[in-house]
Amino acid sequence: MLPYILKRSAVAVLVALTVSLITFSMIYLSGDPAVALAGESATEQDIENIRTYYGYDRPIIVQYADWLYRAAQGDFGQSNYLRKPVSEVIFERLPTTMLLGLCALIFALTLSIPLGVLAAIRPNSLIDRVALTIAVVGQAMPSFWFALTLMLWFGVYWRLLPITGSASWSNFVMPSIALGYYITPAVMRLTRAGMMDVLATDYIRTARAKGLRPMTVLFKHALRNAIIPVVSLAAVQFGFMLGGSIVIETIFAINGLGFLAYESIQRADLPMMQAIVLVLSVFYIVLTFLADMLNAWLDPRIRVA
Amino acid sequence: MPPTLKAERILEVANLSVDIPVPSGMLHPVQGLSFRVDRGETLAIVGESGCGKSLTSLALMDLLPSRATRRAEKLVLDGQDLTQLSERKMSDLRGNRMSMIFQEPMTSLNPSYTIGDQLIEALRRHRGVTVAEARERAVWLLEKVGITAAQGRLRQYPHQLSGGLRQRVMIAMALMCGPDLIIADEPTTALDVTIQAQILHLLADLQREFQTGLILITHDLGVVARVADRVAVMYAGQIVEQGTAMQIFQAPTHPYTQGLLDCIPIPGKTARGAHLGSIPGIVPSLVGHIKGCHFAERCRYARNLCQAGAIGLRDGATPGHRYRCTQSSAEAAAHMKLETVQ
Amino acid sequence: MAVIDISPIAPALEPSMGSQMRRRIFGHAGLMIGGTVLIVIILMALLAPYISPHDPFDQVLDRKLIPPIWFDSDKATWTFPLGTDHFGRDYLSRLLWGARISLTIGIMAMLISGIIGTTIGVAAGYFGGKVDMVANFIITTRLSMPVVLVAIAVVSLIGSSLTVVIWVLGLLIWDRFAVVMRSATMQVRNLDFIASAQALGCSPVRIVLTEIMPNIANPLIVVATIEMAHAILLEAALSFLGLGVQPPEPSWGLMIAEAKGLMFFDAWLIAIPGAALFMLVLSINLLGDGLRDVTAPDGRN
Repeated sequence: MLPYILKRSAVAVLVALTVSLITFSMIYLSGDPAVALAGESATEQDIENIRTYYGYDRPIIVQYADWLYRAAQGDFGQSNYLRKPVSEVIFERLPTTMLLGLCALIFALTLSIPLGVLAAIRPNSLIDRVALTIAVVGQAMPSFWFALTLMLWFGVYWRLLPITGSASWSNFVMPSIALGYYITPAVMRLTRAGMMDVLATDYIRTARAKGLRPMTVLFKHALRNAIIPVVSLAAVQFGFMLGGSIVIETIFAINGLGFLAYESIQRADLPMMQAIVLVLSVFYIVLTFLADMLNAWLDPRIRVA
Repeated sequence: MPPTLKAERILEVANLSVDIPVPSGMLHPVQGLSFRVDRGETLAIVGESGCGKSLTSLALMDLLPSRATRRAEKLVLDGQDLTQLSERKMSDLRGNRMSMIFQEPMTSLNPSYTIGDQLIEALRRHRGVTVAEARERAVWLLEKVGITAAQGRLRQYPHQLSGGLRQRVMIAMALMCGPDLIIADEPTTALDVTIQAQILHLLADLQREFQTGLILITHDLGVVARVADRVAVMYAGQIVEQGTAMQIFQAPTHPYTQGLLDCIPIPGKTARGAHLGSIPGIVPSLVGHIKGCHFAERCRYARNLCQAGAIGLRDGATPGHRYRCTQSSAEAAAHMKLETVQ
Repeated sequence: MAVIDISPIAPALEPSMGSQMRRRIFGHAGLMIGGTVLIVIILMALLAPYISPHDPFDQVLDRKLIPPIWFDSDKATWTFPLGTDHFGRDYLSRLLWGARISLTIGIMAMLISGIIGTTIGVAAGYFGGKVDMVANFIITTRLSMPVVLVAIAVVSLIGSSLTVVIWVLGLLIWDRFAVVMRSATMQVRNLDFIASAQALGCSPVRIVLTEIMPNIANPLIVVATIEMAHAILLEAALSFLGLGVQPPEPSWGLMIAEAKGLMFFDAWLIAIPGAALFMLVLSINLLGDGLRDVTAPDGRN
């Protein structure tokens, strides 16, 4: 197992570095960053001053190395707009997004795994068709439209839940559902397919031939094996969800990283944007790495080589 | 094991049939099988792929796919009628009074649990013993099936064992609850030739020791010759000949059985450089009904009578020897001599 | 000689491949429904300039916020069957023209990402070794970056328009193409007929084009439908955030964004374009699923 961990860690680090390089070079997309910062009515001298002050006159490699060095220590510079250190703002808002993501994940798993299992046990039955319908609808529905519709029904027509802000737990219900529904179809389909595959294996036949109780066969033997690929998928989908949270957070005015990203774009706060992309990417890399480790641990064929 | 007097006859089957609806009609892979197994006896069910022998074993355990229906006039395990049992009661018997060993040791064990875990779970489920007690028995059985360092093996995972070892584990697993009947479906087919003999001897020894009944399902006559007390030859869903191993090998009466024996070299009988026979043609489809003998299409002795109507089992030359054919045992014997001469 | 009810030996006359396939296609409910709806939407988009009752950009404030025809209101009229928005623009016309935007983006982004992803995937699968390692690294890196975030960042820096959105999406969503084409190529790669083509001295490019591509066409088409739907949803989300197609273009996502403030009173303003997006993506998904089912009948159906 150890060589596997080391190899995966090395890859993860390399990917993180590449992502940092890409993120860093984003500021050059709009042309000369010094010009962009200086604004429209700037003179040549103003632009030169800005260039020197921010260090844009140094070779790119040096700029990148410097930026990376500081980023590794958590220093992403100052926010252009808020006049506060970027890292301060990010870590202020990060927990909210994580909380939202976690709630959405819990909702998604609670809905999709039981449905997937039930659908696999009784293929082509009513429950199977319901599960597949939920999946099909979930994959076709724009998340923001779903969020708005939820807002209309639960927030306005029935007045059950608050529609904006992140004050209390009730604020997180609708956003979690909207965000979680985003990944429910994929997880449900994989669970269903995985379970159907596992239920047809020889070792399940052996378990039945031993006279084990149906529940034992289903959970101890079948689900235990079917869940392994679902773990990887859930991690990947969680990553997608974090990216998609920008839309949900903006709609429900939840003060998380996604909303911050949206605001930063509006305000052309470039250092903030870069930092958010980097932070979320690194988080995703760590997440998939952990998912791989969990995956390997769950499968004795990898764990006990 | 409670020291009661145990009955001689463990399994009695009369007119067992399996039907499966398929797109082109109704499939009858098992048709009217009748056989019995006594304590301490090995019954070999022989036939080629597709003759229905595996489905027979699944039918006995009631592990058929959901679309299949099982019918039997009589299906009695040690005095207990199996035909009307609820699924719950049936699962009480499985792994407990009757166990099964499957063909593919490589895939028949759950890769995510240790050998020990999988060995003890059936015992705990059926007898409610403690983990320690179950482990003790597991170690004892592992040693019985010839696995060394049994204590440590309990903690190993299936992928750490070879095919031969896994099959031994399967055998031990089948014996955990001290069953009256073991059904082994081609237990050696997937193993190396060198290991096959070992496993078969093991089964025979264990059976003698524990006095269980053994149904051995195989397509390999060599296997049959080694361990079987009694033999039932299956073709296209029916038993075409049954008797003791001696009767089948020395006086095969059904043309199919004769053909099968022709196909294998028999030391002492087959001349050097002689042609091994083969049976031309293919197995008939079992969808719908076949009028008359299922083997008629491929039988060189077939005549009109053979396809006129259903053919029942008739007595052969010696008592207990039965076969399903229109020719008499004298005619059959004559045919065999002819072929040997050739 | 044989008196048998069912004759198993002589193979029955099999229907031809073509008619068998046609039967499978027409028998598959999802495929038919998805395909039909998609064709209808495509026709709507193509014919929009001819069948729109009004100019989708025409603002007449007098007639703003007229409800659709099924509402019980004296303002509703057949002149504007789906009502008008807050600028008095006819919703039906905007809906029809919006279809052009969604479909254009869907198809173009799918093509661009398809070319990129297939090239990477097939190269990785065919050449293996170092090429595969590099390809995997690139794919992993791309997968680590959240698409929506990167898309809006880039768009905000470059400026947004239909073309920009198409290219940004196309350059971002090729990962599934790469992954699926890689594994499909790997499966075909080791078959004997490839080895014989190589033995004949065919160049890799030729082998890929003539031997490999036809055999991986099936998963390619399925992924193409998935990514087309993906692109449409992404564009809608981008436009919703104000970073996609710019007003006054009638992008469906943009229409929802513009109506967001009014939705509490005039919910149809978001219901209609939302339903349109849903129908379009659903039909594409059904089509893709159906194609996958009929071309691989030994799947789970």
